Amino acid sequence: MTKLNNKQRLFRLLLLVLLSVLAAGLGYAVLKLPLQAPGLSTRVTENLVVSGVSNPVTAVLLNFRGYDTLLEMAVLLLALLAVWSLGSQSERRESAPGAVLDMLSRLLIPLFIMVSGYLLWVGAHAPGGAFQAGSVLAAAGVLLLLAGWRPGVWFVGLPLRITLVLGLAMFVAVAVAVQLAGWRLLEFPLPVAGTLILLIEAAATLSIGITLAALFFGHRPQTGQDSGSQTEQGEK
Amino acid sequence: MSSVFFYALTGVGLFTLGLYALIVYTHLLRKILAINVMGSGIFLLLVSLAARTRGAPDPVPHAMVITGIVVAISATALALVLMLRLREASDRVELPEEPME
Repeated sequence: MTKLNNKQRLFRLLLLVLLSVLAAGLGYAVLKLPLQAPGLSTRVTENLVVSGVSNPVTAVLLNFRGYDTLLEMAVLLLALLAVWSLGSQSERRESAPGAVLDMLSRLLIPLFIMVSGYLLWVGAHAPGGAFQAGSVLAAAGVLLLLAGWRPGVWFVGLPLRITLVLGLAMFVAVAVAVQLAGWRLLEFPLPVAGTLILLIEAAATLSIGITLAALFFGHRPQTGQDSGSQTEQGEK
Repeated sequence: MSSVFFYALTGVGLFTLGLYALIVYTHLLRKILAINVMGSGIFLLLVSLAARTRGAPDPVPHAMVITGIVVAISATALALVLMLRLREASDRVELPEEPME
């Protein structure tokens, strides 16, 4: 780091003072909050019976505030599209994984997938759910990518895109189907609410896991057809 | 002071720390990390304030934080790829210290 001159030192001092004032103000605001504040928890508890699940967080995420989750799936997809559209990167240095990483990933991946499935299932009545399960799945994907595994050519074309869109598509399909059946958009009728939520969450888990792993990968995996255009670009 | 406010104040502290790093450092990776620290502070604040109930904590802020984490991850990934592209295009990952003429 370069040596700071006087102007910079003065600037940092001023910044520290200003930020201390900000921190003090925010801290004061936090401390002035009432010690007891039920917030919306009573309303959630009252309506938990009609949500189809017994875990309040899942009920809020998938049922009471379904719009948030729906749009969040769209944000994830949008981020991946943006990353992909930024074009191919300069090639990374890839090294063969060590024996330990290779062996460990073989042992851990099935466990990751099992934990992911468990988290998805348990989300209906205990802490867990699509996002947690998706993150574990994504961690498995990242581990695989680090260990040198690459998706097969058959997968990176249409199957990959379908998997990425599946979560959002399932959410929208269920919402529209429910509306066509006579309820409001994103309202889940009670007898089938639990099933619908599990269906959406299962699709979302898969999509979130694959999307996050693809975000980690950083650029669009090359399909067989793409390789032709890639070399053309290289020749220019 | 209850533990709720201890965690909430820690959240405020993390937020301020992140803001300081965001302003002071010129390296883009540090800026991205700083934004993430700020975000973590806000998540901690929200989750801790949700515990001010008699029974189980308020689920609404928890759901908001889960949503927020996923959005933060997406934004971070996009920012990192943008940074890599910038390095590719201009061989620089730091903002200029002095304003450019």
